Amino acid sequence: MGNSILTGLLSILLSGILTNNFIFSRFMGICPFLGVSKKTSTAVGMGMAVTFVMTLAGTVTYLVYRYLLVPFQLEYMKTIIFIFIIAALVQFVEMALQKLLPSLYTALGIYLPLITTNCAVLGAVLLVTDTYKYETLIEAVVFNFSAALGFTLAIVLLAGVRERLETAPIPKFLKGFPIVLISAALISMAFVGLSF
Amino acid sequence: MNNLTKGFFKENPVLVLLLGMCPSLATTTSVTNAIGMGLSATAVLICSNVVISLLRKLIPSKVRIAAYIVIIATFVTIVEMLLKAFLPDLAESLGVFIPLIVVNCIILARAEAFASKNNVFQSFLDGAGMGLGFTIALCIIATFREVLGAGTWMGFQVMPASYEPALLFILPAGGFLSLGIILGVINLIKGGRKNG
Repeated sequence: MGNSILTGLLSILLSGILTNNFIFSRFMGICPFLGVSKKTSTAVGMGMAVTFVMTLAGTVTYLVYRYLLVPFQLEYMKTIIFIFIIAALVQFVEMALQKLLPSLYTALGIYLPLITTNCAVLGAVLLVTDTYKYETLIEAVVFNFSAALGFTLAIVLLAGVRERLETAPIPKFLKGFPIVLISAALISMAFVGLSF
Repeated sequence: MNNLTKGFFKENPVLVLLLGMCPSLATTTSVTNAIGMGLSATAVLICSNVVISLLRKLIPSKVRIAAYIVIIATFVTIVEMLLKAFLPDLAESLGVFIPLIVVNCIILARAEAFASKNNVFQSFLDGAGMGLGFTIALCIIATFREVLGAGTWMGFQVMPASYEPALLFILPAGGFLSLGIILGVINLIKGGRKNG
């Protein structure tokens, strides 16, 4: 019994990171993916911040949905409630980090406010309640955590490629965003290979 | 008038300002989906621009982002419920991307950059122009992907029957690739004009 739960969680984890990667197969979180992937170090920072907020947001929204919205039949309010919870969480995390871990705060500082409008965060919590309808809290949390790890993996990979592109001879009209998108397409093809 | 037309090409939110990347990659596997997504976002954009412009003197600047998000989320919920009631097929195929209009950067960007500073009529025009520009951009990307990837346009067969659809373009990788190529071509045209 305990074993089957564990394998279930493991499959959620692996599917979130590899086969159903949020960036490469669901197209969520593209804005920060393209916006903050110039350097590997900033990409890692963004990934960490997103992982932290997504795991937290996954936990809180699941509890609110399950024990507040469903009993009162307020499911239609979920978009508004969820985005509010995420915005509040981001604000709260920012304040907490500033007080408790100033060194981490300065490292992540500028990326934190951006997370509110990262559609991977809202997308993941909506997928949990709409599409997957997970029964237990732990499944929902693992789903959010794996989605965030997938996001981190994708953004760090792209940042690695972009650092090399800086010095590569690129046709003039492809400089900047076009070549970044084409690189992303190539990485994405590799991820498609994993799901077959 | 300029406020209406600037969104079409000169300041096209997707192709020039590079905002709202997630829906423009995720919902462009077919032209029908692209139009549905574009018009839903346009409706939200017009309504939120008008309301935010009406309230621009009442909203304290410290909580303005939170206030904008609540206004936007309200209209998104209305659009979501209307689509589910009247166009269930479209709502099904757009799925989680309808509630994700809340975190579409275009809408928040127009609220912050335009509607909070201009009168109601101008904001209405700006919302309509930007929304239609978004729809145009989605249609261009979707046309590219649907014709190459499925040989159809809005469901009609356009390629000769002997054409083998390049499935790649319907896959996520094709989304990145198409947008990369389209942006490259736009750069090429712009560069050509500057030199000539």
